[in-house]
Amino acid sequence: MTTSAISATGLRKSFGDKVVLDGLDLDVPTGTVFSLLGANGAGKTTTVKILSTLISADGGGARVAGYDVTTEADAVRAAIGVTGQFSAVDSLLTGAENLRLMADLHHLGRADGRRRVTDLLDRFDLADAAAKPASTYSGGMRRRLDLAMTLIGDPRVIFLDEPTTGLDPRSRRGMWAIVRELVADGVTIFLTTQYLEEADELADRIAVLDHGRLVAEGTAAELKRRIPGGHVLLRFADQAALDHAARELGEVSRDADALALRVPSDGGVGALRDLLNRLDDRAITVSELSVHTPDLDDVFLALTGNEKVTTP
Amino acid sequence: MTTAPQALRFYPLRDSVTMLRRNLKHMLRYPSMTVTLIAMPIVFLLLFVYVFGGTLGAGLGGPSGGRAEYVNYVTPAIILMTVTATIQGTAISVAMDMAEGVIARFRTMHIARVSVLTGHVIGSVIQAVISLTVVIGVALLVGFRPAAGAGQWLATAGFLIVVTFALVWLAVALGQVSKSVETASNLPMPLVLLPFLGSGFVPTDSMPTVLRWFADYQPFTPIIETLRGLLMDRPLGNHAWLALAWSAAIALTGYLWSKRLFTRELAA
Repeated sequence: MTTSAISATGLRKSFGDKVVLDGLDLDVPTGTVFSLLGANGAGKTTTVKILSTLISADGGGARVAGYDVTTEADAVRAAIGVTGQFSAVDSLLTGAENLRLMADLHHLGRADGRRRVTDLLDRFDLADAAAKPASTYSGGMRRRLDLAMTLIGDPRVIFLDEPTTGLDPRSRRGMWAIVRELVADGVTIFLTTQYLEEADELADRIAVLDHGRLVAEGTAAELKRRIPGGHVLLRFADQAALDHAARELGEVSRDADALALRVPSDGGVGALRDLLNRLDDRAITVSELSVHTPDLDDVFLALTGNEKVTTP
Repeated sequence: MTTAPQALRFYPLRDSVTMLRRNLKHMLRYPSMTVTLIAMPIVFLLLFVYVFGGTLGAGLGGPSGGRAEYVNYVTPAIILMTVTATIQGTAISVAMDMAEGVIARFRTMHIARVSVLTGHVIGSVIQAVISLTVVIGVALLVGFRPAAGAGQWLATAGFLIVVTFALVWLAVALGQVSKSVETASNLPMPLVLLPFLGSGFVPTDSMPTVLRWFADYQPFTPIIETLRGLLMDRPLGNHAWLALAWSAAIALTGYLWSKRLFTRELAA
């Protein structure tokens, strides 16, 4: 018995000529949130489909909740819950009927099933809409219902495939709050997202997937540390001030068109005070100052080879 | 970790009942499909009895002749048409269902997978029973005068359920093989037309040789002749056995094909 809720080694999958997964290794400790980050087409959904037994890999192997996804698929299915990218709710049934359907399929007793359905409707703020068909639900409500359906069976490992794609900011934050509660309950969550902010908010560990391969893995902080990019941006009123400052400050990169200088910095208060003191001492007038700390966007763009990252 | 065998047991019957409940709710919530499926055979019945019935009935040369004779002749074909209309609905609803995200969810759950299909099958059989009751009722209203006794009616009911069951399994496969709802509504079309190319509307001996050969050997002819025999209290000959053999073959093919389609992996 390992402490990994999910582990994969050398997963490969191709559809026709197109290689979607090119040797993927994963390890997700039990009780943590793991985020697989990637652009559209990076292979996130394929990974979820393989790990949730929907499709089989061409090569490599994976274990979920201690069971092999190929040879013990039934045991895996009994342990997992999947909330897909596209709402997996029955839109002809009402919210309550959808949940009852799941309760029946998990063979919960009548009383037990009813209680869980009521609890989940309350918890996911769907009680008022419980008797309405899911087809009338908003995007956020559908996702909440979807997740509630996943939770009926008390899964130990939950796959959330782009759970907030297409949601408005308020619904997204609501979803995040729900995910945090789940983690507090001790389940393992495998989250795919194309939003770096989401991975940053929720995940213990983040892996960046690009063209079917992991290009980086670590905590959000570790990933941010991997690329340079923190700087203070100083803007000046005119060319003379810019030239003067550039002479005085030394190691900086200049952006003459914008009358701006980038001073490498970790963005900390100490470093900022130093910089301000130096400017003060040399009587340099700055018209505007902004601090830029590297965010996951920088990391992501740098790692996946989209050269939009600003380098000092 | 020790595997808890209890948790890994399958409950195909219980799951099938759950899925059946789901499909019945779909039918109740969207009754327009059921209404359309019942309306089609009734329109054909009225058309054939009141528009063509006088002339076609005269050609039958029975004792009473004309329209009255033809109602009795054509009703078994209309009854079969009610079944084929129902399974066209089955193919459509299966195709629509497979496009729903909830089916992908079912695939990731530890449930008896076949229950998704058996839910559709039993639901369609129930729908067919309702449709058949209505259509036979209308036929009686427009002059259908069967000679069947209680036993023959019972046999008719049982026979129709067997035939429906077989054709529904085929429709479940057709629904799954369809990439779109349009395809799903077109694929069973040959089945809807088959009663015409058999003994359904006119006796086969009035047809040209090639067509007659086809008509005599296609599965719907023995099915219609069995219905006719039971309802009009006429000797069944070997029609009943042929019809049952065809039904068994169609049911088995449909079931195996459906199961294979449902357990296959969906690309991408």
